[in-house]
Amino acid sequence: MKITMGAVVMGGTSVLYPTGAWRDQRPVIDHEACKSCDTCRDVCPDSSVFVQEDVYYIDYDFCKGCGLCAYECPVDAIAMILEEK
Amino acid sequence: MNASAQENRMELFAPGHRACHGCGMALSVRHILKATGNQVAVVTPTGCLETFSSPYGYSPWRVPWIHHLFENGPSVASGVAAALDAQGRGDVRVVAIGGDGSTFDIGFAALSGMFERDDDVLYICVDNGAYMNTGGQRSGATPTYASTTTDPVGKLRPGKLQHKKDLPAIVAAHGAAYVATASVAYRKDLQKKVKRAMEFHGARYLQIDTPCPSVWGFPSDHTLEVGRLGVASGLVPLFEMEYGNVTKVRKIKPITVDKYLRGQKRFRHLFADEQGAELVAKLQQMADANIAKYGLSSQSGGQ
Ligand SMILES: Cc1ncc(C[n+]2csc(CCOP(=O)(O)OP(=O)(O)O)c2C)c(N)n1
Ligand code: SF4
Ligand SMILES: [Mg+2]
Repeated sequence: MKITMGAVVMGGTSVLYPTGAWRDQRPVIDHEACKSCDTCRDVCPDSSVFVQEDVYYIDYDFCKGCGLCAYECPVDAIAMILEEK
Repeated sequence: MNASAQENRMELFAPGHRACHGCGMALSVRHILKATGNQVAVVTPTGCLETFSSPYGYSPWRVPWIHHLFENGPSVASGVAAALDAQGRGDVRVVAIGGDGSTFDIGFAALSGMFERDDDVLYICVDNGAYMNTGGQRSGATPTYASTTTDPVGKLRPGKLQHKKDLPAIVAAHGAAYVATASVAYRKDLQKKVKRAMEFHGARYLQIDTPCPSVWGFPSDHTLEVGRLGVASGLVPLFEMEYGNVTKVRKIKPITVDKYLRGQKRFRHLFADEQGAELVAKLQQMADANIAKYGLSSQSGGQ
C-alpha cells in the first residue's frame, strides 16, 4: 500500500475491512421473541446490530461473533449457532 | 446493504476495527464518542486501542485522531489543545484516551504535568489492568493477586503483591475540576460522566473499567457480566469528584468478592487451596474498605 503524505489515513476506512470473516459463532435473532429493547445494539463492540422500523438485524459483514448480544438479551431472543463456511 | 446498517457504519468509532471478540475497551470507545459528538480531536498513546484502530489504511476514527509514543500522550494532547486555542478553534475540544500502562506508569510524569498546567483536555484511561497489547504484563493498575506474565503465580508469590495505584485520588490532588470512574458495564452512566466532564474546562480525568476477555481469561460474551460483578463487589468503586470532593457514588448491593474473581483465569489460583482462601479474604477486606470509604452500600444508607 502506498504511504500518503504524513501517513494520514482517511477516517472510517475500517469499513473496508469486514471483520465478519473472524466469526465462528453466528447470532440469530428470533424476531417473534424480540421486544425491541435495544440492548443488543447498545452492547455490540463492533456496531453490528442495526434497527429498521423497530426490527433488529445483525450486520454479518462486521459481527465477530463474540456473543455479547445473546448473553445480554433480557428475553433470550438471540441464539448463537455454529458458523458454517 | 440497507440504510440502517449504513448508519451503524457511519458511527464516530466505526466497525472494522480489529479489537478482540467482546473487547470492553472497544465498546467503551464507541460510547465515549457517542457522548462527545464529533467536535473533538482524539489523542491515543500506544496500546491495544491504538493497535486495533490503526492498521495502516484502515481507520475506524471519524474524528481527527493522532497516535504518538507510549509515554507522552498527555503532552501531545496539551499541544493539540494549545494549537486549537491559537487558531481560535474553541469549538473543538481535545480528548486523550490511553491504556492504564501508559496512564498509571509510563506516561505518568506527562499526565502530572498536564494536570499541573490545567490544560484543556479530558484524559480518559481505558483501564484493563495490565499491558495487554504486549501480552499482559503487570501495571500500577493491576489489581492485587492477579496473575500476570511479569508476576506469574508460583512458589514465590501469588500474582501481584501490591495495591492498585489510587490514580483518581492522585489526579484529584492536582486540583482537577472533575475526576470520575466509570465502567463499560454501565454505559448510560459512562456517557453521562463524559458529558459532565465536557462541561468543565481545564484538565479532567475519567477512568473506565474495561474488562478484557483475552487476558483476564473469561468467555467473550461475559465482558459486561464481569464488569457488573466487579462494581457490585466494591473492588471497582464508581464515583465522581469535583475539586477534590466526592460528589456522587454509584450505590451497590454488595456481593462477596469471590463471585467476581472466580470467573477469571487471572485469579484462578485463589481457588486452588487454603492459602488462596486467605488471599480472597484479604481482597474482601479491600472491597469492604472501598465500600466504607465511598459509602457504596445501598443497604447501609451511608454517604
Ligand atoms: C517506551 C515504550 N515501551 C514499551 C513499548 C511496548 N508497548 C506497546 S503497547 C504496550 C502496553 C500498553 O499497555 P496499556 O497502556 O495498559 O494499554 P493496553 O494495551 O492494555 O490497552 C507496551 C509495553 C512501547 N511502545 N514504548
Ligand atoms: S487484549 Fe483485551 S483490551 Fe486488548 S483488544 Fe483484546 S480484548 Fe481488547
Ligand atoms: Mg492496559
